[in-house]
Amino acid sequence: MAPKLPIYMDNAATTRCDPRVVEAMLPYFTEKYGNSSSRNHKFGWEAEEAVDLAREQAAALIGANAKEIIWTSGATEGNNLAIKGAAHMYAKAPEGQPGRGHIITAVHEHKAVLDPCKRLQREGFEVTFLEPKADGVITADMVKAAMRPDTILVSIMWANNEIGTINEVPEIGKLCHEREVIFHTDATQWVGKMPTDVERDHIDLLSWSGHKIYGPKGVGALYVRRRKPRVRLEAMIDGGGHERGMRSGTLNVTGIVGFGKACELCKAEMDRDGQRLLKLRRRMETELAKRIEVTQVNGHAEKRLPHICNISFGFVEGESLLMGIKDIACSSGSACTSASLEPSYVLKSLGVGDELAHSSLRLSLGRWTTDEEVDYAVEKITKAVLHLRTMSPLYDLHKEGIDISKIQWQTH
Amino acid sequence: MAYSDKVIEHYQNPRNVGSFGSSKDVQTRTDVGVGIVGAPECGDVMQLQIKVSPQGVIEDAKFKCFGCGSAIASSSLATEWIKGKTVDQALTIKNTQIVEELSLPPVKIHCSVLAEDSIRTAIEDWKRKNGVSTPAAQVAAH
Repeated sequence: MAPKLPIYMDNAATTRCDPRVVEAMLPYFTEKYGNSSSRNHKFGWEAEEAVDLAREQAAALIGANAKEIIWTSGATEGNNLAIKGAAHMYAKAPEGQPGRGHIITAVHEHKAVLDPCKRLQREGFEVTFLEPKADGVITADMVKAAMRPDTILVSIMWANNEIGTINEVPEIGKLCHEREVIFHTDATQWVGKMPTDVERDHIDLLSWSGHKIYGPKGVGALYVRRRKPRVRLEAMIDGGGHERGMRSGTLNVTGIVGFGKACELCKAEMDRDGQRLLKLRRRMETELAKRIEVTQVNGHAEKRLPHICNISFGFVEGESLLMGIKDIACSSGSACTSASLEPSYVLKSLGVGDELAHSSLRLSLGRWTTDEEVDYAVEKITKAVLHLRTMSPLYDLHKEGIDISKIQWQTH
Repeated sequence: MAYSDKVIEHYQNPRNVGSFGSSKDVQTRTDVGVGIVGAPECGDVMQLQIKVSPQGVIEDAKFKCFGCGSAIASSSLATEWIKGKTVDQALTIKNTQIVEELSLPPVKIHCSVLAEDSIRTAIEDWKRKNGVSTPAAQVAAH
């Protein structure tokens, strides 16, 4: 059966809000619209009760205590609060003085981690940006080698948003705890898809977002460890002292209700969803590689999220490929698809050449991706790649046996 | 990226895709001029081949392009415009005309520049092979 078009394969960008989540949220718009901080009437009480339940649901998904959940607007805010909040709290010297402290992160983190780290650099902190090998994985050994006596914070994402590669987070967490260094992980792509236990995995700070886990946009959570060690953060937003003073502002009750419900559903369905998506992703990658020569799956072969496929088709430029598959919603690491006109810095960091980044597609599957959609995508992508190769001068050179990397190109 | 209808039309029905032989063959053919501009690591490579009569008329043109939709459309349009023109007439084509015809947004202007460069490079190649000198004024213009 032909699938309904267009097909959504951009679940790493955002997910459809689960109708069960929407249903849970609806009463909180028009009936139970109280402010959860209102202590003296029913409207406030029922809002607070809903927020408390959501806090339990969020905590249960990651093995935390409800008191350790701080509501945010999403993972960007969570990352900012965790990184800047911890750096400022644990700084070894006041602003304007040298030796404020050392932070470890990686070059292919999300911008919501890189940019706060760069700001801290300007404020006098020293930051090491680890570089992955071709498989994209950050290992505990890499972090260990970068550790210094003045290291105060390590921030390594659990799984990469572009290539789905999984870093050695539990091992890095253990190392950090041994050295008494605060460990933050941006778990936006991981939580809700893979089993998470902040105790077992030695996490101090963990940020995630509602809209990547079939919940609403504009709401997220930051886990802040309360014991062994008790992690403190300097707030970025001051005001009414909400969220243990770490994040003031009236709570987004409706969004939080949806976030909690989304967490509950993920916890219940993650095993089944994960196994199904892994099968689908493998089938997609195998079928594409079978039909199209010079195809490369980017990132680690095995240590990868079940739902993210990043694949490069040699001699074909990504944006023109997207034009050829316009009823499949997905993204590319090509420069032409980015606002900066730079190819994906994540793919570049793997050291596999800019050309591969220009030729890449990211297809990310989700809760509603069907077998038919995957089959359709395989056929459509194959057709588009083969068509574009008929007009690719690079493919001609390849067929003539000429190594493109050995040619002197006139760069602009 | 929202494309103009003309870009989409050229992308879907590119004119004059192809070549007059392998890269080795065309190197030695004096009736063919080849222009390859851009680089794979920059995300666009345009190859323009022109077949030129002894009188200097572009009788046929073929292109191949590794690049985005605008790059494909720009090179497709370039082949349409230069066919039947003398090499000197073809050299007067400016990238701004391509921008206008295809309604290219500012971020895609470099595609039109590449197309203009590919015309110039292909003609220079033909001139070199045939011992035709380029007037000094034109060299200075670039």
